[in-house]
Amino acid sequence: MNHIPEIIRTISLEQYLLLSAILFFIGLLGVLVRKNIIIVFMCIEIMLNAVNLMMVATSAYRGDSAGQIMVLFTMAVAAAEVSVGLAIIVMIYKNLKTTNIDLFSQMKG
Amino acid sequence: MNPEIILHLILWPPLLGFILNGIIGSKFPKWLVTFMACLMPLISFVGTMLAYVNLKDKKTAIELYTWFVGEGAAKVNFGFFIDNLTLVMLFVVTGVGTLIHVYSSGYMADDKGYPRFMAYMNLFMFSMLMLVLGSNLVVLFAGWEGVGLCSFLLIGFWYENLEYNKAAAKAFVMNRIGDLAFLIAIFMTIYATGAIEFEDVKDTIISGVNLNEPIMVVIAILFFIGACGKSAQIPLFTWLPDAMAGPTPVSALIHAATMVTAGIYLVTRMSFLYDVTPIAQTVVAITGCLTAFVAASIALKQNDIKKILAYSTVSQLGYMAAALGVGAYITAIFHLMTHAFFKALLFLGAGSVIHGLHGEQDIRNMGGLKSKMKWTYMTMLIGTLAIIGCPPFAGFFSKDEILAVVYSKNFVFFIVLAISSVFTAWYMLRMFFSTFHGTYRGSEETHAHIHESPWNMRSVLVILAGLSIVGGFAGLPEITGQAHLLEKFLKHAIFQKAFHVSHLFEYVLWAVTVVTLVILFVLTYKRYAGVDRKYTDANENYLAKLLANKYYLDEIYDFLIVKPLKRTGSWLMHTFEFGVVDKIVSIPTAIVQSGSFALRNLQNGKLSWYLLYSIIGLLIILLTFIII
Repeated sequence: MNHIPEIIRTISLEQYLLLSAILFFIGLLGVLVRKNIIIVFMCIEIMLNAVNLMMVATSAYRGDSAGQIMVLFTMAVAAAEVSVGLAIIVMIYKNLKTTNIDLFSQMKG
Repeated sequence: MNPEIILHLILWPPLLGFILNGIIGSKFPKWLVTFMACLMPLISFVGTMLAYVNLKDKKTAIELYTWFVGEGAAKVNFGFFIDNLTLVMLFVVTGVGTLIHVYSSGYMADDKGYPRFMAYMNLFMFSMLMLVLGSNLVVLFAGWEGVGLCSFLLIGFWYENLEYNKAAAKAFVMNRIGDLAFLIAIFMTIYATGAIEFEDVKDTIISGVNLNEPIMVVIAILFFIGACGKSAQIPLFTWLPDAMAGPTPVSALIHAATMVTAGIYLVTRMSFLYDVTPIAQTVVAITGCLTAFVAASIALKQNDIKKILAYSTVSQLGYMAAALGVGAYITAIFHLMTHAFFKALLFLGAGSVIHGLHGEQDIRNMGGLKSKMKWTYMTMLIGTLAIIGCPPFAGFFSKDEILAVVYSKNFVFFIVLAISSVFTAWYMLRMFFSTFHGTYRGSEETHAHIHESPWNMRSVLVILAGLSIVGGFAGLPEITGQAHLLEKFLKHAIFQKAFHVSHLFEYVLWAVTVVTLVILFVLTYKRYAGVDRKYTDANENYLAKLLANKYYLDEIYDFLIVKPLKRTGSWLMHTFEFGVVDKIVSIPTAIVQSGSFALRNLQNGKLSWYLLYSIIGLLIILLTFIII
């Protein structure tokens, strides 16, 4: 564990993980309760980044760079996903003139 | 000749006729339907004659196969039996039956249900033949039910009319009451004697070994209740007048000549049982006398020509039952035979009148038909004279014999029957004079179209009239010095104790009969033959109203039985069915319904809820792992 930089060690891994969990649940709550689809989308991003944070922190504490590389991939995929998701939202908005997620229920089978 | 072949020749042709006409009759041309329907009973009649030639004075049992085997030794054969009693019944059934089939071909020719009608008539013939030929109680019962069914089908033949259907249902239900008693009697017979064939039962009872008298009395009375249903005795007779809803040939064949005599036949067949149970005999005699009197008095005030004849049938059946009750079985069969002739004649004559008047049945609207319908007039005259017991027509000898035997047993019964026969003469002459004498009282329009019936109806009337004249000579009384042919013939089959009637009484009875009839003839002629306007019912007193309303018997039955039953049914429906049964049944539905209402919210189509569910599920799974 001696190759881990001092600056990182000033904050313990538990605190990183706690922050990550708090962020994740904030995102999750947002997804569950908010009606505006854009905010829901942002909450999904928060959840994604909470996971990223956790991975980076653990990677740093374990002295293994595989986690950080994985996070880079995740961010790239997330960027692609955002563009596709936003495009879908725009299309839905054009069709339904709303961003209220409950009104999408007319899509049910 | 092989008895089995004769049996097949008698029994099956009407069934064949029923099947052919019933299934494909509507596709046949009318002449073919007529030909088949009339040929089949005729074959049976020929078979009967063959049976007479070959099998008379013998007891021939023919067992076709074992129908079913009951517990213990009770084995029921699909078996038949021919003795002299069967032969007499066969002659009546096939002879009169064939004639009525021929008559029907004229009477019903314009009806759209003609093939169906003929098919039912053939089925009736078959059932009746099975009834009289059966060698055991079960086969007899099968025929018994068969004639009941045919009676139902034929009373309700014009099924578009609701009233007719009700009459059919009434006949069926009333018969069912009798049938239940009959069925119980069969079971008890098997229980008490261990036998089911008539001959075996007879041997057991005559031998008298291990006989329990009270049980015998109960069996005998139950059999008689069965007979009451079929033969329209008090208290089960009200269906017969209503049965006049059927076409007139049906009334003649089923409700006068054959089916209603089934009960008389049954009691005669079981005569050995009644000989050992004097109590049951008394019941039979009292019922018979009451029926004869009540029905005859009701007939006095009826105005429908068929209703008058129906009540007279009930009354005559009462005479037969009274004869059975005093043990004069042969006399009863004698009257059964002559009655079949003249009552069929009267009904068919009435049918001819109705046919000629295009459906008019009320004698108040008739009159003066003498000149328009000569054949019908003459034959009806013979029929009327026969039924009122005018010498030397058929009814005279048989009724005279009944009166004589009843007199030798019980004076009260004799008086009741004698009064009934005065009533009989009165209502029959009233009907006759109102119909044929005087001037026509119906509408002008019908008057112009009154016509004599076609030849096939007329010829039947003539034949039956002939039989009504000569039928009585089969049973000449002792004082004529001639042999009683029927008694001689039936002695082989039925045991009947000798009746001692003094010659003096016979002479007096004859003289009184003739004098009374002459007086009645003159009285009724004066009163009814000259009527040229419609009768008015205005000056009727209470007694007349009571009679015209049939002693309110229908109303009493309605009040005592039908209404309470209906009320019970309605209570059961509204309180029990809707209140209890329905409630219990609806509990599972309520559970399923409310459950599904609750679960329906899960599937609300909202994404965030779905997400919540999956998260809850995930949490449950995780927690499970943690706890474990």
